[in-house]
Amino acid sequence: MKNWLHTIQQNKRLQAIIVGLYIVVTFFSLYLAQKSVVAFLLLLSSLLLLYFTTFSNRVKWLIGGVVMVVLLPLAASQGEAYQSYMEVATLVGIYIAMALGLNIVVGMAGLLDLGFVAFFALGAYTYGIFATGQANNFMPFGHYPLSGESFWVFIFIGCFVAALFGILLGVPVLRVKGDYLAIVTLGFGEIIRIIFNNLDKPVNITNGAMGLASVQPPRLFGIDFMYPSQFYYIVLVILITVIFAVRRLEFSKIGRAWKAVRENEIAAQAMGIHLVKTKLMAFAVGASFSGMMGVVFAAKQTFVDPTSFTLLESITILVMVILGGMGSVPGVILGAALVTILNLQVLTELTNWLNQLSLNGVINVPDALSPAKMQRFIFGVILILFALYRPQGLLPAKNPVFDEKELKDADKLVNAGVQKEVPQNVHLDS
Amino acid sequence: MVLKKTLSILATTTLAVGILAGCSGGQKNDTANNGGNGGGGGGSNVIKIATQTPLSGGSATLGESIKLGAQLALEEQQANFEKLGFKLELVPYDDQGDPKKGVANAQLIGADKQVFGVVGHLNSGVAIPSSEIYEKYSIPMVSPANTATDVTDRGLKTVNRICARDDFQGPAGAKFAVEKLGAKKIFIIQDKTAYGTGLAEAFKKGAEELGAQILGFEGITVGEKDFNGVLNQVLAKKPDLIYFGGLYTEGGLLIKQARDKGITVPIMGGDGLDSSTLVQIAGDAVKNTYMTSAAGLTTVTDAGKQFAEKYKQKFGKEIESYSAYGYDAMGVLLKGLENAIKANGNKLPTRQQVAEEVRKVQDYQGVVTKVSFDEKGDNKYAKIYIYKFDEAKYPAKLEDEVSKQ
Amino acid sequence: MINEVLHTLPQVLIDGLTLGAVYAIVALGYTMVYGILELINFAHGEIFMTGAFVGTAILLTFAGFGWLASMPALVALVLVLVVTSVVTGLLGMGIERVAYRPLRNAPKLITLITAIGVSFLLQDIVRFIAELKNGNYILTGPSLFSGQIGIKASSISSIFNDASVKSSFFIVLIVAVIMMVTLDFFVNKTKWGMAMRAVAQDRETAALMSVNVNKVIALTFFIGSALGGATGVLFAIQYGTIDPYIGFILGLKAFTAAVLGGIGNIRGAMFGGILLGVMEMFAAANLPVVSHGVLGAEYKDVFAFAILIIVLIFKPEGLFGKVSVEKV
Repeated sequence: MKNWLHTIQQNKRLQAIIVGLYIVVTFFSLYLAQKSVVAFLLLLSSLLLLYFTTFSNRVKWLIGGVVMVVLLPLAASQGEAYQSYMEVATLVGIYIAMALGLNIVVGMAGLLDLGFVAFFALGAYTYGIFATGQANNFMPFGHYPLSGESFWVFIFIGCFVAALFGILLGVPVLRVKGDYLAIVTLGFGEIIRIIFNNLDKPVNITNGAMGLASVQPPRLFGIDFMYPSQFYYIVLVILITVIFAVRRLEFSKIGRAWKAVRENEIAAQAMGIHLVKTKLMAFAVGASFSGMMGVVFAAKQTFVDPTSFTLLESITILVMVILGGMGSVPGVILGAALVTILNLQVLTELTNWLNQLSLNGVINVPDALSPAKMQRFIFGVILILFALYRPQGLLPAKNPVFDEKELKDADKLVNAGVQKEVPQNVHLDS
Repeated sequence: MVLKKTLSILATTTLAVGILAGCSGGQKNDTANNGGNGGGGGGSNVIKIATQTPLSGGSATLGESIKLGAQLALEEQQANFEKLGFKLELVPYDDQGDPKKGVANAQLIGADKQVFGVVGHLNSGVAIPSSEIYEKYSIPMVSPANTATDVTDRGLKTVNRICARDDFQGPAGAKFAVEKLGAKKIFIIQDKTAYGTGLAEAFKKGAEELGAQILGFEGITVGEKDFNGVLNQVLAKKPDLIYFGGLYTEGGLLIKQARDKGITVPIMGGDGLDSSTLVQIAGDAVKNTYMTSAAGLTTVTDAGKQFAEKYKQKFGKEIESYSAYGYDAMGVLLKGLENAIKANGNKLPTRQQVAEEVRKVQDYQGVVTKVSFDEKGDNKYAKIYIYKFDEAKYPAKLEDEVSKQ
Repeated sequence: MINEVLHTLPQVLIDGLTLGAVYAIVALGYTMVYGILELINFAHGEIFMTGAFVGTAILLTFAGFGWLASMPALVALVLVLVVTSVVTGLLGMGIERVAYRPLRNAPKLITLITAIGVSFLLQDIVRFIAELKNGNYILTGPSLFSGQIGIKASSISSIFNDASVKSSFFIVLIVAVIMMVTLDFFVNKTKWGMAMRAVAQDRETAALMSVNVNKVIALTFFIGSALGGATGVLFAIQYGTIDPYIGFILGLKAFTAAVLGGIGNIRGAMFGGILLGVMEMFAAANLPVVSHGVLGAEYKDVFAFAILIIVLIFKPEGLFGKVSVEKV
């Protein structure tokens, strides 16, 4: 097994053949199948296979892009379950972006935030309030709802509002550490939800528990975005931007500062890292991803109410990060995809199947055991098992490896007074 | 390094395989269904009707009862549709009382070409966003229990309901409270959910119009067990009636704790209290509690008694208030479906045709209510029933009924 | 306005004391575990919830056999309390053995995540069992002490309204006080208590002094969880209806109480619990009065969380805690 894997790892041509074959086969199986969840998932997992190859990053992105942008929608569009697949894919995208945001806070900066969904709620409400008639109640100028064209601007506004709140929340919270921080953020998350639920008095801002119905769909060139298959592209664009940003941040100065703070605050401080600034940056960046996706979520659901932003939601995002691997970008992407698909497709399908069986009188499963209700159980088991046996997650984070000898040589050159570009042979694993 | 990599690959593949296995479970079911009807035709003569109600969570009792009622109606009609050459199937979905889940399920329902109708939901907060999706796919939805005004006020073609609206239920309750019970000073408590707030607001408006004085309009949190804080306010204000907009779990505890505190004034609530669990929770304290309900007392009529017996025989449970409404909602839906099939020359109709036919249904005689939809999808014959609990026994005693006309 | 507040004061105090007593004992569990392991046992609220369910299940079984009617209520109560506290105590020990002990030297973050996992697991297992047995996870137990006692507060001063008390209030209070006093005695006056305090101060040194650290930690979990479970029973008796999700928010508030009194400090936790209970009740009854209807009673949870956050930010050592200096 090991030898075999090793051969494959050495041989790029072999890899290309395997990946290419896999993609073609799964593409056609989804294209020809009327409705097959398996084929859909297999096609998605081609991206995972791609991750394990040793192609250069550019090639990986290119192939991945083709699969995501062209092949997946094209293959799914033949079947009747097109929209529901796209709905799942869209939600997966939304959750991946949120999990990447939380990953910056938890995985990279080591600050456990249990109220992360609050930023998502902020984004959703930002768009929801102005894209329904709600804003008429307190805005002295303009008349609402704003047209769907404003959606594109709101993506940035949502991003900004969430980041701002991330900083505001961060300023007091950062005085506490570790476990206390987790509890405080949890408290803040709940406070924000309760406040949204009660802001219908004395001035009706959020419409309280009634929620905001009939949110304007986004418009572009006169086309209304109504279906998941259209939202899929919006999410994809944002997601690719987010992934790009995260990768850049991870290996930047601030990214290294986050990791230093995670490993040891006091030592990091001693090395001249500005603690408060570093932590606030983590909060702001993490929150901004959530805020953006919140705006998209509000537009997609066309209905925003406080029940979508519970603690369970925050924990779900945490589970994604833990499952994938704290601090590992590809890991978190995988974790988010797995958990979302599990929640939306697998549990529902399983429950339906069991229901069918009990209706046809094959076996009798008690209702209490229906898989759709087992969410908490499954999350609990995942958290415990991974914390005990695999704290680094499915795809552990890797730090860049620096070649010591080259650095030393470069150092010698610099010391000798030779001004020259230092070739930093950094081998990045993506 | 290699070992670690192998390990991680192994871990991922096992997870992926596990998930796939789960899905192929879902797959098998499809193939089994297709195989089940003679292999040919790819299952084109199977018609599925979905239900979406909370089967887990705090209001599972009510959600479950709607599902079971609908199931009973569907099974009774199966033979009838066999004659037309179609096989009826029920696909129950669990919306968990969560809008997000409801919408995701609605997408699944919409994607399943064999589904021709939905019976649901229980919570208006879930029904509103989900129905936007049904509208896109033009799947007719018949709601047994959604009382919020927004459900039909958005003018969707596919959305119908057989129960009364909040802006009818609230004022009807207020009228009864002010005129029959002589309440002049009323304290309103609500549970800060879409349902509770909407109903409490409607009641407040109705009561104020009738000249009653509202002493307080307070919120509680769902899932809480200690309502002494709010009740202390009630004690201080001394109202002559308490109105509660919310569900039976909180309602039962509220009633119990109010009586423990020595608050003896009548307590009134909406159809969310209408469940046997309320009596279980409140016990003897439930005396002198009134509730308005969109659900009629099933067991008053002979048809209703028969239904209750059938239900008990089949599921081994007593009926709940909305069981018969689930049954009737399914009945109306199937009636529309049947009309659509016949109008289409006994061939499979489109969803659009079914939705139109459902909206056209007139004077359908159900177990608890007659059904005729108006142009918005509201039921012309919907009534509000007012019940009183004199003892710790469910169902309560029928006091009064108010109809629209 | 002041008058209005004073009118209801006696009743508010009584309700606040009941709630506060529950918070106080649950807070003890948090404080003991934190004192000894520096770990927030997230699952403690769920242990409380499990206790409530176990207690109610026993009571329902008794009622089913018709034994409840034939024995005095107090005997039944003591029986249920003892059985429940043993069960939940063992549960707590088990959780520590399986989920926390292997991670004793792991980063804090990981242990906290396990704790969250355990709490979710417990919630769902209890829900599952309750639903299987009952068809519905909302459980209503038989009422044991439902007598009413009126307190003529108006005879003290005409500004007070009369208050009424359920007899279960006294039961809750008395049992709570007994538990707290016993625990205080145990920790401060017995050999095992001394071992506990030693481990809390310095685990390695205590081990060198021939204290069996593992045993002491297991015992701490046992006691904390037993108290939590017993409180669950008291809660079920006082409020009658329980569901699998009561532990979470109550646990959070009890933790707030522990922090308020100074985490790691047993007497502080008791005081913090009572204080928080009274404050929360006061807020729920008087927020609308004081803010002229802008802030309703539904803000009382926000109020509790706000206290938690303010204390943690400005005085993390709480009212009676010791300031700790972090070393590298």
